[in-house]
Amino acid sequence: MTQIKRKSDTKMVPVPSMAIVPERDIDKAPVLEARHLGIEFGGLKAVDDFNLVIGKTEIAGLIGPNGAGKTTVFNLLTKVYQPTTGTVLLNGKDTHGMNTVQANKAGIARTFQNIRLFNNMTVEENVRIGLHNQVKYGMFSGILRAPAYWKQEKKQHTQALDLLSIFDMQDMADVKAGSLPYGAQRRLEIVRALATNPSLLLLDEPAAGMNPHETEELMENIIKIRDKFQIAVLLIEHDMNLVMGICEGICVLNYGRIIAKGTADEIQQNPVVIEAYLGKQKEA
Amino acid sequence: MKMSKKFRSNLITYALVIVAFIICQLAVEGTIDGFKMSRSLKGQLVPICVYIVMAVSLNLTVGISGELSLGHAGFMSVGAFSGIVMSSWLVSAFQFENETLRLIIAMVTGGLFAGIAGVLIGIPVLRLRGDYLAIVTLAFGEIIRNVMNCLYFSLDGAKLYIGFSNPNLPGKLLVNGPAGATGVDKISTFVMGFALILFTLFVVLNLVNSRSGRAIMAIRDNRIAAESMGINVTKYKMMAFVTSAVLAGMAGALYGLNYSTVTAAKFRFDTSILVLVFVVLGGIGNIRGSIIAATVLTILPEVLRAFSDYRMLVYAIVLIVVMLATNSPLLMNLVERIRPKKKTAAKEGEAQ
Repeated sequence: MTQIKRKSDTKMVPVPSMAIVPERDIDKAPVLEARHLGIEFGGLKAVDDFNLVIGKTEIAGLIGPNGAGKTTVFNLLTKVYQPTTGTVLLNGKDTHGMNTVQANKAGIARTFQNIRLFNNMTVEENVRIGLHNQVKYGMFSGILRAPAYWKQEKKQHTQALDLLSIFDMQDMADVKAGSLPYGAQRRLEIVRALATNPSLLLLDEPAAGMNPHETEELMENIIKIRDKFQIAVLLIEHDMNLVMGICEGICVLNYGRIIAKGTADEIQQNPVVIEAYLGKQKEA
Repeated sequence: MKMSKKFRSNLITYALVIVAFIICQLAVEGTIDGFKMSRSLKGQLVPICVYIVMAVSLNLTVGISGELSLGHAGFMSVGAFSGIVMSSWLVSAFQFENETLRLIIAMVTGGLFAGIAGVLIGIPVLRLRGDYLAIVTLAFGEIIRNVMNCLYFSLDGAKLYIGFSNPNLPGKLLVNGPAGATGVDKISTFVMGFALILFTLFVVLNLVNSRSGRAIMAIRDNRIAAESMGINVTKYKMMAFVTSAVLAGMAGALYGLNYSTVTAAKFRFDTSILVLVFVVLGGIGNIRGSIIAATVLTILPEVLRAFSDYRMLVYAIVLIVVMLATNSPLLMNLVERIRPKKKTAAKEGEAQ
């Protein structure tokens, strides 16, 4: 055999295959594609080779033991951290070099594990901050009370109350966000994130601190939000009732690496997942 | 419902200022028998206006934007000197004698230059947070004062000469380095000071209750959350900082044109601290509180003249007592119970 001299030396890497999306989304571009995403903190690989595809209207779950790197993944997706390897495609667009603000404008909104509301502002004002880039007018229109001010303020007010009605929170519009009960604060964070008109909503432990009844309601509301706004949801949660109850695709993370991906049934039966959560079974 | 609540609170603030102004005006003119303002207090009227504007504008940075700035007097000095130069130049170049218009143009000029200084200082400073920001603003305040100490302006007809550490300029020397501006036309009036207060309140209150103001407060409350809601942090911090600098510059012009001699030494670090005391005492983020605190604390040293040598000691004690009182839950409860009485008392304090 004659040796063929190659002109190109391109290194070929696999585009993460075996991604699953709901059947209804198969003809639509995925909302998010994470490819070989990874970040190192001083040599420690907090997240390594993270690959994920989320369908246009999928409710996806990200689970794993404490310290697995779930919130780090959220911080990578929202550009709080810049990844050391890999990329994130949002609606097919590369997010390389974007900052948090740009990522939000590109269509990604999040809530926080430790609630981060604007505590000294009212519930409605919190939602209005979410509407900041949706309903606009300039600084001078605001100071001079120009017609644009009155028109857009009214629009913000209507839209804010509209969004609050998802969780029946219109009556609390004038309450200081910091004085709300815990569950309501979590719901307000979701409303505020929704106000930024995202195509992907990231929820970091939305059911933390909620009682079973509230969790039940939250599950219904997450589905309601998905149906109403036709958006994708990725959630981190420790409450398995919630995850197994509403998540279509589930991704399990341990020590920064994905150890399993699949539907709720597949995940529950996966021996690797069981081992990660419960420890290795002693051999008889 | 919420809007009307805020609207009412703003209305009270405007009403407070207007009523205080009318009472002061009556006392100055002495139309009512036995109700006449003393000379020393009359001399304090314009400074009170200046300090109110300074306190309200600093409250925009410290209270609304949540950045501790210790260089506010720097912007005041930029405004004062540019205002003085502008007002003198108008006279010598155009024989423009209308005092009110000259004062307005001087204030606008002062605001403009202080705004430029605000942008230049804001670019490096607003990258910092917390204590670091406070210390760097302090340093910039001192830098501005020292630069002002070396500046020389002279007027030769319509020509304006600027010298840096060089007093040998043609024409009549207007600003003479460390000796400051001398022979300034005293064109500031109490009425114009009152107008500037109204203007400041209009700008600050309207800004706070708008889309931009909410963005500024959101950054103060939680920077990370604000960023992830798509709010451009640098832009809105800059907006608050520069607006505050512009208003301080306008107050500076009013202050500068109230005295025949103005030196850079008047805008030292302690002036910045004094204004900060007004803001803290009046309640951080509380505009009405800033107005009352600035008024009372400017009058207080005059009233305490009876104590002669112990004047500043009593002043300090009053300050400490008030600070303790406003932070004590026990006393706050008590105040809550006798609230209506306290409100009228505050108004009288404002008016004397």
